[in-house]
Amino acid sequence: MSNYSIHKEAPLLEVKNLETAFNIDGEFYNAVDKVSFNVKPRQIVGVVGESGCGKSVMSLSVMQLLPKGVGKIRGGEIIFEGVHLEKMSEKEMNKIRGRDISMIFQEPMTSMNPVFTIGFQLQEVLFNHTKISKAEARQKSVALLKSVGISRPEKIVDEYPHQLSGGMRQRVMIAMAIANQPKLLIADEPTTALDVTVQAQILELLKSIQEVNDMSVIMITHDLGVVAEMCDEVIVMYAGRIVERADVDTLFYNPKHPYTELMMGAIPKMDEDKEELSSIKGIVPSLKNMPATGCRFANRCPKAMPECTTITPQLGEIEQGHEVACILYEASMPKEGVKA
Amino acid sequence: MSNTTLIDNENLLEIRNLKTYYPVKGGFFRRTIGNVKAVDDVSFEIKKGETLGLVGESGCGKSTTGRTIIRLLNATDGEILFEGKDITKLRGKTLQAIRQDIQMVFQDPYASLNPMQMVGDIVSEPIRNFKNVSMNDLKDEVMDLLTKVGLPEDAYYKYAHEFSGGQRQRIGIARALALRPKLIIADEPVSALDVSVQSQVLNLLKQLQKEFDLTFLFIAHDLSVVKHMSDRIGVMYLGNMVEIAERNSMYAEPLHPYTQALISAIPMPDPRRKKERIVLEGDVPSPLNPPTGCPFHPRCPAAMAECSQVKSALKEVKPGHRVACHLY
Repeated sequence: MSNYSIHKEAPLLEVKNLETAFNIDGEFYNAVDKVSFNVKPRQIVGVVGESGCGKSVMSLSVMQLLPKGVGKIRGGEIIFEGVHLEKMSEKEMNKIRGRDISMIFQEPMTSMNPVFTIGFQLQEVLFNHTKISKAEARQKSVALLKSVGISRPEKIVDEYPHQLSGGMRQRVMIAMAIANQPKLLIADEPTTALDVTVQAQILELLKSIQEVNDMSVIMITHDLGVVAEMCDEVIVMYAGRIVERADVDTLFYNPKHPYTELMMGAIPKMDEDKEELSSIKGIVPSLKNMPATGCRFANRCPKAMPECTTITPQLGEIEQGHEVACILYEASMPKEGVKA
Repeated sequence: MSNTTLIDNENLLEIRNLKTYYPVKGGFFRRTIGNVKAVDDVSFEIKKGETLGLVGESGCGKSTTGRTIIRLLNATDGEILFEGKDITKLRGKTLQAIRQDIQMVFQDPYASLNPMQMVGDIVSEPIRNFKNVSMNDLKDEVMDLLTKVGLPEDAYYKYAHEFSGGQRQRIGIARALALRPKLIIADEPVSALDVSVQSQVLNLLKQLQKEFDLTFLFIAHDLSVVKHMSDRIGVMYLGNMVEIAERNSMYAEPLHPYTQALISAIPMPDPRRKKERIVLEGDVPSPLNPPTGCPFHPRCPAAMAECSQVKSALKEVKPGHRVACHLY
């Protein structure tokens, strides 16, 4: 839960004006467009948005795992503990990945190598960053598997990924990710492929590991329920930009951006009876057809004004810790001298 | 939605002790060496005009149930009564005829539409199969259907790949509506869609239900979506129906320990609500080798000695609320 005294510390990760572009038919288009945010130590930051909003691309940019030749970071800074990640060589990045920052992916089947045993893959992570003997590594992987709630870990180390269920595989992925006690864990839709009772187990596990290891987490998800249960702070993305950022309580009880408001009303809730859900007309514009100026949500927004297509809103603070990018709010108007 | 006023007390569909097994072949002669009991003795009924929701986790048999009802799969045992007529054993022309009355909307809007066909041909195919209509009438009817599901008329000449996921699902719905069926089986119709598009499709389905007097069997894994759509909800676990009740009764007072865990496991989009969560141990067992007795007993927090021996039958505990559990 958010504890404000600890959040005054220097951020663990700072992302400033990040622009990540993808090559489509020979031209680069920004999939992430001038995104800035911080992650403080021990904080769980949720990133929500629909498919194609750039949330995964943003996390791949932080990890420097963009597909070569297709995606590239065009501008901005990614600062982890004072070090600029975007300027690092592949070799230097390899030291950071898996040791200081790790990632869990959505599909636990495709993110493991099917021809190696669970133990082999776990030990690989350990060998990459620490000098330990084979016996120690095996011992440690058994302990890791145990810590993520796998029963019979001594047997599972010698099994192959296909012998495990989806939930077990995701536990193994988490064990790999936390093997070197990273300071930051990026979880990209970690429970989307799982059934709801298994999802509950995995969320509980992630939360307890975060508390024990004093880890920061970036939780990427499209599920607002997961956000509400897990996160301290939430970033809402739409079409490559951050449209709203607030602590979890403010976001759910006092959303300000029309997109956030509509999204909240679009999910059916167990404890209410609604004849009709709010829906957002139209679809997210494709990367190639993004409007050049103005708000990217303007063409679907019920509150759109003529200025919305000409003035590009800036993420501005409307109250302490609550930022919105919508020109309905004075704080979002572009500052003097800044080109929209 | 509560369209209680529209619901007749007449059963449109009645399922009695339905069993659908998938044979497992093995050995030198590819003999059947076992059965995956995907649906194992399930009974329920759907009244005219209502929406019955089927929920459960992957492998619980909810999709197999839907596919058996529409006869894409053959039942191993049991009866499917549609308007009082047994359709379990129908073949050939009589089976064809029943398909006019029961249609299906599939989960994957990418895989369930033929990429080589124009949308107009996709939607008109069911009509061409069953009715003799002139080309002009056919086209008018399809245009009308496309508008009804919220697609532009020029969609007629386009191909499925030119549409987004939500629009493709609308095409699938138009195709299902083409023959004005009485029952539509919707198998996870929105689980491949984003929330904002999901709500569009859910609203559309409700609106069409009123307009065309439809009865729905709504299959989904998302309990909040099912509750939003259904009048009654059936919960399945490992091929068995463990609980079936009117939706508010199911939500307010779930009786089966599995239903209780399932409801408590759903992350609520409300940060102020801290609830007691029942976290189940382990995974769903393989339906190839289901546990003896109650299929849920190895994970059940309330399991008793008899649970591992005897499977409880579905019994009515409160009016309209049936549960299969030895606790009651």
